[in-house]
Order: sequence, then C-alpha cells, then structure tokens
Amino acid sequence: MAESKPRVKVPKTAAKGEVITIKTLINHTMESGQRKDSDGNPIPRQIINMFTAEFNGSKVFEAEIEPAISANPYFEFTMRVPESGTIRFTWVDDDGSVYSEEQAIEVN
Amino acid sequence: LATVGLQPMPALAAAADAQALIMEFTGGKEPQSGRITLTAPEIAENGNTVPVSVSVESPMTDDDYVEAVMLVAEENPNPDVATFRFTPMSGSAEAATRMRLAKTQNVMAVARMKDGSVFMDKHEVKVTIGGCGG
Repeated sequence: MAESKPRVKVPKTAAKGEVITIKTLINHTMESGQRKDSDGNPIPRQIINMFTAEFNGSKVFEAEIEPAISANPYFEFTMRVPESGTIRFTWVDDDGSVYSEEQAIEVN
Repeated sequence: LATVGLQPMPALAAAADAQALIMEFTGGKEPQSGRITLTAPEIAENGNTVPVSVSVESPMTDDDYVEAVMLVAEENPNPDVATFRFTPMSGSAEAATRMRLAKTQNVMAVARMKDGSVFMDKHEVKVTIGGCGG
C-alpha cells in the first residue's frame, strides 16, 4: 500500500477561547473487506480504525471508524483554543501502523 | 421452498441490525428528535464518497456537553459507520466526514449527551452508484 501521508488544516493563530475549525485527511485505500479480487477471493479488510486529536495532551476529538468511511478518510471538527500549544493528530491502521502529525497554534 | 416465505425481508433485517446498534449506543433509550441536525445530500451520485455532517446544540461545558455521536447507515453490509467522541474542548459538537453508501437508504445520526439523554436525526439518501461493493 502507498505510504499514508496525513494532511491537516489548522489556523496558526487564534484568540484565547476562540472555536476554530480543523480539517484533516490521510491517504488510505480503506479496504472494506467486502470486495473480491479478480479470482473471486475476498480482499481482507484494512482500514484506519481510529482517529484522535489532542491539544497539549488533552483529548479534543476522536473518531472510531468502520469500513463505511470513504477512502482517504476526511474529518472536520472544531476546538476551543484555551492557550498556545500543539495539536497532535493520530491515525491508527488495522495493521498496527500509527501515523501522526502535529501543528502549533499560537494565542495572540 | 415453504421456508422461503418465512425469511425476513433483507431490508427489514438490516433495519433491525441498525436499530440494535443504536439501542446499544443509547443504553436502551429511544432517541428523541431535536437538538441534532444531520446534513446529507438528497441524491448521492457516487456512493463511494458521500459528504455528511452533524451538528448538536450544546453549551459544551464541563457539566453539559455532547459525549458522542454515532452515524448509522441502515442498509450497508455493516450499518456502523463511525462514532465521534467530543469533549468540552471541542467547543462545539460539529463534525463532518465522507462515507460509503451501498445503495439508497436511511442514514441516522444519534447524539448521546453527558446527562445520558439521546437525540436522533435521519435522512434518506438516494444513491445512483453504490459504494462498498465490488
């Protein structure tokens, strides 16, 4: 499978207490386990099954994911910014791989 | 041949699975209408990627926030789509994603509040080309 490269869109600055919108996407085939190959053999499931966003170590948002989420899973959600810090995103693959990305947010 | 007539309709069986999933999420409570809004297209030309979003009215304070929202697609091979978990730090209980729909069906979003109350919204999405299959 191609390497999974996360992409995130987070405002770099925010006012204290502001609710910001965050968009994330990771390229991944999200093989559902429902498909068959050309010989009729079932193709085993392999999906991203969990997505988590944490800010300075506190959980902001989490998604438990089933095969009905589209390929290249996209999540958009919000966060109230309490202070300057770092938001950390984590994607967990069925094969045990963990992909992560971080971005700083500065309170001005 | 006589037994064929006794088989439940596949659509009804799927709806029962979805209902069981929702009851597990709500702890057996029947969800009320209101407070949650599910936005989904009326017609999805491509069932492989259907944009959906949910929004729940809540102050999102430490005492009063939306714990989780479950998305259910009644007639997918597996009706479970995703469960979003929020915290007071979410600031608002809003989220969007893209999902697969095998065929025309009802999509449900169920919200569970901190106090245990549960709310649901439901939309039928007409699918031109189904996702999931192959």
